[in-house]
Amino acid sequence: MSLSDSKIKLGIAGIICGVVAVILAVTGNPGNMAICVACFIRDTAGALGMHQAAIVQYVRPEIIGIVLGAFLISVITKEYRSTAGSSPMIRFLLGMMIMIGSLLFLGCPLRMVIRMSAGDLNAYIALIGFIGGIITGSIALKKGFSLGRAHETNKTSGVILPFLLVGLLLLVLIGSPLLHSSQTGPGSMHAPIWIALIGGLVFGVFAQKSRMCFAGSIRDIYLMKNFDLFTVIAGVFFIMLIYNVVTGNFSFSFTGNPVAHSQHIWNILGMYIVGFAATLAGGCPLRQLVLAGQGSSDAAITVAGLFVGAAICHNLKLVSSSAAPATKGVTAVMGGPSIEGKVAAIVCVVVLFAIAFVGNKRKSN
Amino acid sequence: MKEVDARGLSCPEPIMLTAEALKITNGPIKVLVSEPYQRANVEKYAKDHGKKTTSTEKGSEFEIIIE
Repeated sequence: MSLSDSKIKLGIAGIICGVVAVILAVTGNPGNMAICVACFIRDTAGALGMHQAAIVQYVRPEIIGIVLGAFLISVITKEYRSTAGSSPMIRFLLGMMIMIGSLLFLGCPLRMVIRMSAGDLNAYIALIGFIGGIITGSIALKKGFSLGRAHETNKTSGVILPFLLVGLLLLVLIGSPLLHSSQTGPGSMHAPIWIALIGGLVFGVFAQKSRMCFAGSIRDIYLMKNFDLFTVIAGVFFIMLIYNVVTGNFSFSFTGNPVAHSQHIWNILGMYIVGFAATLAGGCPLRQLVLAGQGSSDAAITVAGLFVGAAICHNLKLVSSSAAPATKGVTAVMGGPSIEGKVAAIVCVVVLFAIAFVGNKRKSN
Repeated sequence: MKEVDARGLSCPEPIMLTAEALKITNGPIKVLVSEPYQRANVEKYAKDHGKKTTSTEKGSEFEIIIE
């Protein structure tokens, strides 16, 4: 069954994904993260020892579930194609920059929407940057930007990422001591494994069928006045908004939001980088996971870039710190990016303009 | 017949190339794509713009005639 042929079906797909996000938040995930793709890839990278930030290390079964859900549904519906060859190293770099931008703002586009649904005004500010980045990327597309064609490749290439994640899941299920697991902080807050895994699977299935993409939703409105993908995102936002209002978590405010900061310029720039890089890569972090699940090795390389980007962000201190109010004996923390993070952001913008406007032109038919 | 070869291209390039082709020609056009979701996207774009589509599977790829 196609979900992409009517806005009502797309809206329902978004609502189902929103319900999954609510269930995950209710059963233990950090409330305003729920199913943040960037945060959860970062946590998983930490669990694998790729970085040593002790409060954000945990294998998130949601990430495994999204990829496997997209993989299974695409095999069942015969949409699975093992493809590769569309400028993989540029995509790797784009994946790294998407993560650098996400951790500057503290969240991927999915978390930005979840934070918006809780009234976090910093996320609304970041949305300005996200839209700006997508428009810049779309201008590049209009001027002929392309990463070139992917081609069908050996069937085994497309199943490597899903199989690696099955292996990781097995390590989780046997309780392997090889994996790091946070005792405090966001990494210690998680839904039970089976709920997280099933939630991820359902999310992956509906994201694959609806082509859910946060960058694509705004890109399609800008380029083609097409609101299809926006309808899916609106469904997620609507359900999370109801959840936040009902549970008393909704409040329009710049402060008091967990794992967030109010350095507006850097929130805007962080999501500008994410929107720009995601548009050039053909989709947001969630869409990259889904495309990787349905056989794209190029998307899998982008996901590898997200993992390496997360490790670099923490190892080289590029990640922003969260704002925190003063408590007894502890002074307030303003939060925001480090000097290293600010420099990295500027480098990312320069590199993105070079990728977008120098060299990578679409070949004629 | 004008042909658009969008095989292997990332979103939204197949739609952009289809839109460009529809702008510059009145006759039917042939669009080649390699992914099922790209076929669905192109078909929907054409239908949203009042065009008829006929799709055929060619091996693992798709040919869409828009008229």
